Amino acid sequence: MPLPAHLTPADIEAIGKELDAIRDDVIASRGESDRAYIKKVIKGHRTLETAARITLLGSLFPPAWLAGTTMLSVAKILENMELGHNILHGQWDWMRDPEIHSTTWDWDNVTPAADWKHTHNYLHHTYTNIIGMDRDLGYQLLRISPDQRWYSYHLAQVPMNIALMFLFEYGIALYDMEIGKAFTGKMPKAEIKRHLGKTWAKIKPQVLKDLVVWPLLSGPSAATTLAANVTANVVRNVWTHSVIFCGHFPDEVQEFTIEETKDETRGGWYVRQLLGSANLDGGKAFNLMTGQLSFQIEHHLFPDLPSNRYVEIAPRVRALCEKYDLPYVSGPMHKQLAQVWVQLAKMSLPPKQQPAHPKKLATSTKQSAKASEAA
Amino acid sequence: MGLLATATTPFLPQDFATLVNPLWSRELRARVVSVTPEAAGAATLVLKPGRWSGHLAGQYVGIGAEIDGVVHWRTYSLTDPDRVSVTVKALGLVSSHLVSLRPGAVVRLRPAAGDFTWSDRGPALFLTAGSGITPAMGMLRAFRGRIPDVTHLHVARTRDEVIFGSELRALGHRLVEWHDDTDGLLSLDRLDDLVPDWRQRETWACGPAALLEAIESHWGDSPKLRVERFTPPALGGGSEGVVTFARGGVSRRTSSTLLQAGEDEGVLMPSGCRMGICYGCVIPLLKGQVRDVRTGEVHGEPGDLIQTCISTPAGDCSLDV
Repeated sequence: MPLPAHLTPADIEAIGKELDAIRDDVIASRGESDRAYIKKVIKGHRTLETAARITLLGSLFPPAWLAGTTMLSVAKILENMELGHNILHGQWDWMRDPEIHSTTWDWDNVTPAADWKHTHNYLHHTYTNIIGMDRDLGYQLLRISPDQRWYSYHLAQVPMNIALMFLFEYGIALYDMEIGKAFTGKMPKAEIKRHLGKTWAKIKPQVLKDLVVWPLLSGPSAATTLAANVTANVVRNVWTHSVIFCGHFPDEVQEFTIEETKDETRGGWYVRQLLGSANLDGGKAFNLMTGQLSFQIEHHLFPDLPSNRYVEIAPRVRALCEKYDLPYVSGPMHKQLAQVWVQLAKMSLPPKQQPAHPKKLATSTKQSAKASEAA
Repeated sequence: MGLLATATTPFLPQDFATLVNPLWSRELRARVVSVTPEAAGAATLVLKPGRWSGHLAGQYVGIGAEIDGVVHWRTYSLTDPDRVSVTVKALGLVSSHLVSLRPGAVVRLRPAAGDFTWSDRGPALFLTAGSGITPAMGMLRAFRGRIPDVTHLHVARTRDEVIFGSELRALGHRLVEWHDDTDGLLSLDRLDDLVPDWRQRETWACGPAALLEAIESHWGDSPKLRVERFTPPALGGGSEGVVTFARGGVSRRTSSTLLQAGEDEGVLMPSGCRMGICYGCVIPLLKGQVRDVRTGEVHGEPGDLIQTCISTPAGDCSLDV
């Protein structure tokens, strides 16, 4: 879908300026209270994880199992969403703290942080919702837009996505290795080996920790601790998968073609982020558990601003959308999620007419990114 | 990987240990034991590090403090051979912050470093001014009670502003005090009167940049002189400069972004979105400063990770790539 026709180039420019002003305000006021926030979440996560691991040493006792599993699930979600995702975005790099920095952080997830930063921070956040450029549109596996080509394996995409939901961290690890290129022969063997080696080096300690070390430390509770750890990982996977699928795939969210975004300015990039993302309605605890991705729109406009600030700028972004008559998509999670699954089911069926192959205009789009940098 | 490290992966056991004691951290931390006022608005901080590999009198230490959420580092001379102790004048962002700390506060620390040390105990001259007394004090204290042949010329504005004044005067070494307010500005031509045998002495000099420059030209290139600076070189204010890509050993005068300049020189620059979002292009700064093209802000301290795609040099700078 092209940018809304009622916007003149001057409007787009003005929207860009207003959003830059919001960004500048946040940057100018970053300080001690932001640091205190992220430190508090880090401390909360570590305390919760410690309490969970200790409680699970006695997981043979069912109430201990339940309490430990719940705490571990919440700890893992907090770590992946509010800490890992946001720290790896560089949201906290301004503190110059080597212990809370995008280049030094590693997360409780089987995906190597460096690979994820490339596919997520760079590819997805730069080319958001451009069909043929944003690999996150269906993760090279699912068909979520009628503008994507249909292949016969899409018939099975609902059960495939259920499986992906349970094993999400492994799906992301394969995806970040750009494993598709290996299957299509576009990746040299040595490169495949290097990728596999790096990913295995990350998976191994993760698996050892949750499936071997902590169960063994639990002695007679080994089996129940193993079950608890697997459960916590699955709960985290299902939750992150659900939150993330609500970010760009609900009905009102728009996709773009390479052609439409060829000569995009910085203002145009902002408008594409606005139209290509959806928020989730919820309270403070919900926002925390989504890593503030309940403010997906604000996150996509300003992926490197500290996540705790999204809640405060959201009213300004919403007002801007009203002023320029732009949609600001937001809804409760159950509704958004239902839309996503219904859409997946619809898109699994063969279309009456196949959309054209998206033209690979990678070089010209890169140029437009450069142009917007200069703008 | 040890059992403990596997149990805590991808974090380190220290990350959880800090829940109990903040000094058991990955990066070096220290607790402030005491803050004692000294002359001339200075204060002495005694620190208790979580772990410490020792130091020599005359060396300096990096201290990091979180100010408005941002970690800032400065270096200070160690003033006590047996304890991690620094004496800080309440000037500037970090120093003012440090003297305002209360016992129990936690600061960041880097291991001791520097070769401004005195080991051979030959005839020595300490030539210090203002808070430049600090490394000399560390060395003098190391020899307390049995100080070798040392002449110490110290410059301060007034007698009362001599940091460690009463302790210095009681040490029993040959101390020559020069007070600008009563004696006028010190000219090094007076050195022959004040310290007749200065040419024969190994000299350690520490003080303001202007004095050190005068000393260096007075000594010519005598190998007997060692100086310790504590003020950084002047800031570059321009939006142009020579950027050096240290590992490749190439330099380029440019007003374009560091990323662009590096690519133009054929340096293997990491890059990503080229618009300041993805942090795929960050590289540690070795020296100099850069200008953020988005805000015009000139910033950078050695070790800072710079987003090369949105930074131009502000004067000459050097990158670790």
